Amino acid sequence: MSLDINTLLAILAMAVATYLTRVGGLWLLEIANVKGRARSAMDALPPAVLMAVIAPTVLATGLPETIASAITVVAAMRLPLLAAVAVGVASVVALRAFIG
Amino acid sequence: MNGKLQDFSAGAIAILPVLAAAVPIALLFGTLAAARGLSPLEVWLMSATVFAGALQFVAIDQWSDLAPFGLLAVTALVVNVRHVLMGASLGRSMGGFSTPQKYAAMFLLTDEGWAFAEQRVRKGELTPAYYFGLGIALWLVWTTSSLAGALIGKALGDPSVYGFNFAFSAVFICILTGFWSSWRTAVVLAASGIVSALASLFLPGAWYIMAGAVAGIVAAAALHAEVHGPGTDGVMPS
Repeated sequence: MSLDINTLLAILAMAVATYLTRVGGLWLLEIANVKGRARSAMDALPPAVLMAVIAPTVLATGLPETIASAITVVAAMRLPLLAAVAVGVASVVALRAFIG
Repeated sequence: MNGKLQDFSAGAIAILPVLAAAVPIALLFGTLAAARGLSPLEVWLMSATVFAGALQFVAIDQWSDLAPFGLLAVTALVVNVRHVLMGASLGRSMGGFSTPQKYAAMFLLTDEGWAFAEQRVRKGELTPAYYFGLGIALWLVWTTSSLAGALIGKALGDPSVYGFNFAFSAVFICILTGFWSSWRTAVVLAASGIVSALASLFLPGAWYIMAGAVAGIVAAAALHAEVHGPGTDGVMPS
């Protein structure tokens, strides 16, 4: 098990930078007074970020991913999370095999 | 005490689908990192201290014999800037956390852990025990599987991630359906989704997440007057 000093520095630099982005949100909250229009914006943050994370996969990767996403939405409204995820993954595998 | 243990377990169980999908992804990461010349200890250390999947893959892609740590730090900021938004959103629901607990919680912040935490906020109260159940379970699986990938990855052959990578999207889709409240949600999602998908085609790295998220919250701010009406600030439940 070797540990190169240069590699260690690189890993720590990444870790520190990443941690700064993680606590940055807390600091932002302390200096910003969130009410009114800003509050509506903050309330919309969770769905807006989630949608932004998945949009390239759902809309711009391929037909199998887009169809499987629609199937997952339907499954999510009827099944528990684990089952809905399984349906989604199974459908993307099947659709990739058929549509390519 | 019993309640805390129960909450901790509930968190660890809730995130099970993510854990299942994280194993092959982390194995793949460990395998690729070892192929780039990192020792198993270095692979584990990166997963343990950075704990950010997307960034770790990008970093390994840029890795060279003399690891460029300035470039890697800047890359970390760019790829992970979305955490600022997630932390700001979740921070409002961390009333039950002490200050040290908040700072420890933020170390464990990931897209997946954050999504489950926000889901918990919508259903009731987010306790520190539940949050650390989510975060520590994912941290243990991520670090252990990365190490395993570095040690035995080559023996596993080519780890096919097809299907598994979609599991993360499927988890997010399921959580997202729980955020539906009215036609305003549709406008926010449309703005965020369209801008993010377009940005992913034209912008480098993970900037599409910031672009989409900003489009979504700008749409929500634009709809504000119709949501709350004048003079109702602070009256609406969050």
